Amino acid sequence: MARLLVDLLIGWFTRGQKAQVREGFKTMAEQFVGRVSEFADGTRQIVKVGDTEVGVFRHEGNFYAYSNYCLHQGGPACEGLTIAKVEEHLREDKTSMGLYFSEKDMNFVCPWHGYEYDMKSGECISDRKLKLKNYQVVTKGDDVYVVA
Amino acid sequence: MDLIADRGRRVTVEELNTSKLLAHAAEQARDRKYEDMLIVDCDAHHYENENFNEILPFMENDVLRQLTMSGRAKGRHSIVPAQVGYQDMGGRVTRYPLRMTEKTEPGKLRDVQLGERWMDAMGVDYSCLFPTGMLNVGLHPQKEMEVELCWAYNRWLTEVVLPENHGRFYTQLALPLSDPEASLRQVETFGGRKGVTGFMVTTVRTLPVHDNALMKVYRAIEERGLSLAFHSGPNWGEPVFKGLNRFISVHALGFSFYNILHCTNWVINGMGERFPKLPVIWIESGLAWIPFLMQRLDHEYMMRPSEAPLLKKKPSDYMRDMFYSTQPMEIQDMEALETTFRMMNAETQLMYASDYPHWDFDLPSTIYDLPFLSEKAKHNILGGNAARTFKLEPRNEAQKANLIKYGNYTAG
Repeated sequence: MARLLVDLLIGWFTRGQKAQVREGFKTMAEQFVGRVSEFADGTRQIVKVGDTEVGVFRHEGNFYAYSNYCLHQGGPACEGLTIAKVEEHLREDKTSMGLYFSEKDMNFVCPWHGYEYDMKSGECISDRKLKLKNYQVVTKGDDVYVVA
Repeated sequence: MDLIADRGRRVTVEELNTSKLLAHAAEQARDRKYEDMLIVDCDAHHYENENFNEILPFMENDVLRQLTMSGRAKGRHSIVPAQVGYQDMGGRVTRYPLRMTEKTEPGKLRDVQLGERWMDAMGVDYSCLFPTGMLNVGLHPQKEMEVELCWAYNRWLTEVVLPENHGRFYTQLALPLSDPEASLRQVETFGGRKGVTGFMVTTVRTLPVHDNALMKVYRAIEERGLSLAFHSGPNWGEPVFKGLNRFISVHALGFSFYNILHCTNWVINGMGERFPKLPVIWIESGLAWIPFLMQRLDHEYMMRPSEAPLLKKKPSDYMRDMFYSTQPMEIQDMEALETTFRMMNAETQLMYASDYPHWDFDLPSTIYDLPFLSEKAKHNILGGNAARTFKLEPRNEAQKANLIKYGNYTAG
């Protein structure tokens, strides 16, 4: 019961509130995302930051945050499937060995039309010149914040 | 709900709620004030196969009805020719695998509820409702089954679905084109029903659309002031496509291929001269094929007019007399797209289509945000051209004022 009360009080003072931090000449807001301990690897959270939405992923222990607006038609880019990049492997003689899931590259996919984005860079894998706006993620103790 | 990703890894995603999935579309609709602009989606879909238990009893022939319904009960038979395809991209387009998780209210048709959700989110006022699996009905090996399936679907749509939608769905009903007599009967039977603005040929077929036997069908449609649509699709079984190894290739070529095939026959055989008052709409082939075909046919016609003696002007002129749906619009080279719009007289001949809920749907913003379009062109393409052609009424005073302003108000 006491633990629950403490949790509620912490939540009252942190969640939904934005701490103001200075970065250069610009004031940045920190938006609470969730608890590190409750943020399982391979999952994502969508948070509202002002008038926009940000998708925060936890992948291989690291946090990545991107605009939740697909560069194609504005779909919820961070709300779909996460799936390893598909590769086609070739032999020395240029014959195809077929299709494989990448061992290292993970993508997240806009559920509207399938636009795929590189988890670590936010680049659209069909055209790397297209890149989702990314956001800094900070952890303070067990709390995760996105800086916007 | 969990979806299967790479190597069997399970990824948890939320259950499907169309309104929530399309929340960003609703933001676009609010930001752009779509409520003041009549928006007509001339190509949207439902999954009629989920309603076969309600559709098949409308089949007329006792034996064929029993054949389809008993086969379904055993779950081992396909009623409509099925295609190999991966529209859902391995679950990347989540509304496919999650489709059955979406909750609807009891007492009202599920298809109507889902349709109203996406229309409301996108800011669409009217949608032309087409089937999905039955777009392959032209591949059915049995002519009589094609006739029966179209008959049953057309009865169910006009007697059950459209009356529940309070006029926001309209349709162009599927024609069993393999049987001209049966097609004519369906035009005579259904042509005057509420919500029917014309008829639709599923173009995944190689039947010659200029066959003499079909002239009475087109004449009957024209005489009733209705329209004729050609709706395309992919077909990996088409001999010329059997060498393609990826669905992307079959899909990219197939949708344009079948409409190129039938549009060529339609134009070269002078159908525009034979039925000058029949509005013809070419649906779901994108737009890039239009300048291609215009140039190819004009080039050949200048040298071989003796093979198209019914023509009184160039093939491209007849193509500019017809209508085209926007989706899936190739927005990769803006100058090329602008040229395409110019060549087809898009301002008066192009009609917005979403194709929702299919994987490559387009939002109204694909038209609204084009930098080279005038306000008039935006209004016309997003709804005015369809309102004029299908005699659709505005849903509020601002829409009415805009239809009048741009010369598209014909109702009332």
